[in-house]
Amino acid sequence: MDAVYSIIPAGVFSQVFVGLSRTTILFIVASGLTLILGVLRIPNVAHGSLYMIGAFTAFSVTKLTGGGSEGFWLALVIAPLAVACISLIAERGMFQFLYEREHLMLLLLTFAISLIFGDLVKLVWGSEYKSVPVPHMFQGFVPLFGGLPFPLYNLFLLAAGPVVAILLWLLTNKTKMGKIARAAAVDREMVGAVGINVSRVFAIVFVIGCYLAGLGGVLVAPTVSVTLGMDHNLIMEAFLIVIMGGLGNIWGALLGALIFGLTQSLGILIWPKFGIIFPYLAVVAVLLFRPTGLLKSTW
Amino acid sequence: MSRKTISGMGAGIIILLLFPVFLPRFYVYLASVILLYGLLATSLNLVLGYGGIFQFHHAVFYGVGAYGTTLMLTKSGLPAIFAFITGPLVSAAFGLVLGIICIRLSRLYFGMLQISLGSLVWAIVYRWYAFTGGDDGIHGIPMPEMISSPKSAFYFTFIITIISLYIMWKIIRSPFGSVLQGIRDNPVRSGMIGINVRRHQLLALVLAGFFAGVAGSLFVVVDNSVFPDMLFWTLSMEIVIMCLLGGWFTFLGPMLGAAVIVGLRTFVSMYTVYWALVLGIIMVLVIFFLPSGILGYAVEKFERGFRKPEGGEQ
Repeated sequence: MDAVYSIIPAGVFSQVFVGLSRTTILFIVASGLTLILGVLRIPNVAHGSLYMIGAFTAFSVTKLTGGGSEGFWLALVIAPLAVACISLIAERGMFQFLYEREHLMLLLLTFAISLIFGDLVKLVWGSEYKSVPVPHMFQGFVPLFGGLPFPLYNLFLLAAGPVVAILLWLLTNKTKMGKIARAAAVDREMVGAVGINVSRVFAIVFVIGCYLAGLGGVLVAPTVSVTLGMDHNLIMEAFLIVIMGGLGNIWGALLGALIFGLTQSLGILIWPKFGIIFPYLAVVAVLLFRPTGLLKSTW
Repeated sequence: MSRKTISGMGAGIIILLLFPVFLPRFYVYLASVILLYGLLATSLNLVLGYGGIFQFHHAVFYGVGAYGTTLMLTKSGLPAIFAFITGPLVSAAFGLVLGIICIRLSRLYFGMLQISLGSLVWAIVYRWYAFTGGDDGIHGIPMPEMISSPKSAFYFTFIITIISLYIMWKIIRSPFGSVLQGIRDNPVRSGMIGINVRRHQLLALVLAGFFAGVAGSLFVVVDNSVFPDMLFWTLSMEIVIMCLLGGWFTFLGPMLGAAVIVGLRTFVSMYTVYWALVLGIIMVLVIFFLPSGILGYAVEKFERGFRKPEGGEQ
């Protein structure tokens, strides 16, 4: 390996891995967003709020269980479920009446809901920074790439990404539910005409998508400070990823998240001050040459 | 315009002109902010309501105009008048460049590409400490003597806003404005009868950018500061809400929407920190129960069967 490091510095590898663990979070959130966009055609800005609620719930669960590592694993189960429950209420109470509305209206409406959720989070948790402890198992660093320390928790994230991707693939391609959802994405009237309860399918897809947002929120919680405003920062990135990958395409979300995560982490290496502009440059470049995204869109 | 509306407008203008005479300083400031936000929302409505273009990131042009004016005022030794011309022109140039890049795409994709480009501009402004002041922004911008007091800033804002509104009104009423509305209602047919659809849309984007830049420069006059949040996408959404709330198929709707939202924000913020919650609830109610906006609703209500509302049906 030393020969390799003499050509490419070890720091680059390390930074690639940092980018990949960021990719995991972005992919999990964006895949939920793209699922909802593809099947229900709702550009859900409130998706970011659900991610934030997931992170804050994780904070509460770990705090209630005494701040130990069991708390995190419990949060990993409970928080996404709590988010899913909230989304189920929102879907049955509001979104199910809106599937035929114009996109601009839906965008504004979900933005309004994100504002409401944002303030409700402020009401419940206050506006201080919160932190969630890294679970005991994954505390500390491992020497990777010529001895550079790499956080163990990020390795856990790296493993979690593919697991979620495979589960999603199985869900959409190997279950009857997934096949119906994919059919409904292409032609919802026809699916309804053959006697399938489309409304219920939509509700399930919506809840699964939001579950993923909550999951992303819990997973990201130990690596960042949990704070208000994390919703608006993330949702824009998730939207750009989804657009870049092709609306409604889960593999597109994966590809988009990879591009976004890697340009972000490597950009910081190339030009520390303006690292944050590289992902946006990548999105612009992609959209200039492939206006409807890299992979096939379901729209 | 009928005689009645002209006299009504005249009365309104006179009342507004008397504002600083009998109102305390804070309300003068508030009135200026309402005027410039109204101008900003009206400039967005030029492309969104009349042009049917999904301009999702209008705040970029507002922010760029404000930064352009500020940087000219603070970094160049030129007289202030050049700064106030440069700001809007830089915005118009951004409108042109972003327009050329985005115009090939339609509707939602147009909006998303614009948001990504706008976020790029935001990120640069946010990080370029040496030039733009980074995330702190620039505060205490020196103003020329003539417009440095709140009262004179109000009069300046007022005059510029009225002139800009008049020009936009003329633009919408011109053949170009009619073509723009025709493109909104049926782009394919407009193309078929020989209209260069993209060129017209592009011109509309440049004009909207210019007037957003004017609003940005006015903000510098009123507040003497700029900050990167002026370019963040959540502000763009708020501007769209102003248009929606007032009614985006009416000319003065966005101004009304801006007045309602800026006014409410000021007074709600005095009592609670949960302004976003209130705004969110207002938005949901408007979208569900008043989709054509306050003024749009009034026009429908009072002029039904008499004259079709401005811009035709939705």
